[in-house]
Amino acid sequence: MAFVAFGSQAPAKEQGPSKTGRVALFLLLPGLFYLALFFITPLVSLIITSLKAPSSTGAIGRYDLGLEFGNYVYALTQYAPQIFRSFSFAVLATVIALAISYPIAYFIAVKSRNRPLLRGILLTLVVAPFFISFLLRTFAWKQIFSNDSLVVNVLKDIGIFGADSYIIGTNFAVVFGLVYNFIPFMTLPIYANLDRLDLSLVEAGSDLYASPSKTFRKITLPLSLPGVISGTLLTFIPISGDYVVASRDFLGGPDTAMIGNVVEANFLRIQDYPTASAISVMLMATIVVLVSAYVRRSGTDDLL
Amino acid sequence: MATEFIARGQDLELKGIRKEFPGFVAVDNLDLKIPAGEFFALLGPSGCGKTTTLRMIAGLESPSKGEILLGGKDIAGMKPHERPVNTVFQNYALFPHMNVLENVAFGIRQRKLTEPLPKAEKALAMVELEHLAQRRPQQLSGGQQQRVALARALVNRPSLLLLDEPLGALDLKLRRQMQIELKAIQMEVGLTFLHVTHDQEEAMDMADTVAVMNQGHIEQLGAPEVLYDRPKTAFVAKFLGQSNMFIGKVTETNSETTSIEYKGKKITGLTKRSEKVTGVIAIGVRPEKTNFHETEPVSDPGLNILGPGEITDIRFTGVSNQYQIDIPAIGVMTVFAQNVGRSPVVELGAQVYVSWKIEHSFGLSDLPSGVEEDK
Repeated sequence: MAFVAFGSQAPAKEQGPSKTGRVALFLLLPGLFYLALFFITPLVSLIITSLKAPSSTGAIGRYDLGLEFGNYVYALTQYAPQIFRSFSFAVLATVIALAISYPIAYFIAVKSRNRPLLRGILLTLVVAPFFISFLLRTFAWKQIFSNDSLVVNVLKDIGIFGADSYIIGTNFAVVFGLVYNFIPFMTLPIYANLDRLDLSLVEAGSDLYASPSKTFRKITLPLSLPGVISGTLLTFIPISGDYVVASRDFLGGPDTAMIGNVVEANFLRIQDYPTASAISVMLMATIVVLVSAYVRRSGTDDLL
Repeated sequence: MATEFIARGQDLELKGIRKEFPGFVAVDNLDLKIPAGEFFALLGPSGCGKTTTLRMIAGLESPSKGEILLGGKDIAGMKPHERPVNTVFQNYALFPHMNVLENVAFGIRQRKLTEPLPKAEKALAMVELEHLAQRRPQQLSGGQQQRVALARALVNRPSLLLLDEPLGALDLKLRRQMQIELKAIQMEVGLTFLHVTHDQEEAMDMADTVAVMNQGHIEQLGAPEVLYDRPKTAFVAKFLGQSNMFIGKVTETNSETTSIEYKGKKITGLTKRSEKVTGVIAIGVRPEKTNFHETEPVSDPGLNILGPGEITDIRFTGVSNQYQIDIPAIGVMTVFAQNVGRSPVVELGAQVYVSWKIEHSFGLSDLPSGVEEDK
């Protein structure tokens, strides 16, 4: 007993951290399991598939394990226009969504700060579209813009459109649909950020001889940058991979296909799994590179 | 935008300023004149309209009515960024995305004046923070942030510097130190300072002139000594220090003295120190102006004598002892006696008389509200 009492001090101390370490590991397990099952496994599977070779038996939709890096070259050369179009659309739609969302978020967070009722109504309006399925809303726009719709007919009547003009299937229709669908994802992060903006900083700016527009550029905008960055990421990344809006079943046409549509076609119609996987891997890698460059440039590294 | 600013302060004059918010009037018919180069304090409890007044001068609120004249020019219609006025905000409002030096240089950059950074460095040197120029505001202590805010305002050499409870967030020791520094800087730069505070000690300590505000109007304005020695209203008497008050009907008044009868006792003050000499008035006296005696003092027309009463409480505060004396039929009086070694040694329960010179009485223009002042 004397020995135990003598020696009990040191081991108890060492046991402390290792015990909490084990508890922490235990608490992490569900998260690690989730990541392994739903992120690592599909990713590895995707990369393996992207390197597969056509089956030696020649059966359609059957592929053998391999290291066919040519799949990437093929995908890149074959689908270069769609890849380029995807990122162009994503950049364009993100910029337009930002231009629309920032004033909305600013109005809700700053201008109606002392009017809780107005603020609640406006926030509800921003979120309300989520209550209806994404597909239904996009389909509704297809109806609104369809060839003999009121919109197209009026545009024809007032002479803006020629007799054979149309909207569905154009780049405009696709970018419009993308902006429309992703505006809440841009508005909410910016709103959440501006909501925390200390208005006395804005007052200090005007007290220190900065005009309202200068105060906005020097104080409000830089301080809301983290919100803008999360908003653009939440918009840009899903838009890059979107395959609904640009599909021919919705607002797209033969010349508006984006990467998502290519992946969908290769996976589900042609059953060219290696090419589809190669494009997916490239899309993911490109987004990771673009986003890290963007975030680093904006000086908000702590977001990643 | 005015690009030239005068190195010295300018007169500020408020004429008939009124500010209405939905449901209440924050400031009502306020007239105020602050001479150039003066350290002026606007003192009052929270909600008295002092901060609203300051914000109207800064241009952050617009008055519902009235004129704001700075150096004789009406600035009421000018935008905040056009006014040659700078503010030290209550929470300092330092820009978190800029370092200390850029914070201080901000005003100079906005006015497109030459050498923003050297000027900012000089201003930082004045508040002894030049070694922290590259830090972010969040990395500084409260006192340091306060000094940066002061440098950021002073570097612009405004005609008028507004201070919105700038010491409120500091602890007592730092507060005393900053009070002394602030006063020294004001004397050095010679600017007009308008300091808004609810701390009467701070206001009396630093300001040349103090205006006591209550419910949107100025109760009394004057040098701190005058306000303390000769409060004109019950609010001022109560807000600036303690006092013993007696309310009674005037029994006799002449060019020299005015007396009231309070519960059968005659209490006298000087007529020139009375705001009102007819009807029911309140006469007060500061506790440190009163003395107590273990034997009844010789009756003297120059003295008010009350008692005897029992000492019910003795509080030691360091420099003085505070005695509560319960005088039957009169009430409880407070007497402060300096701890100079010659104050009478008395104990709890001792029977004493209280006296004070009639020239130390002050007569108020109104009556204190509530019964607790009816001593």
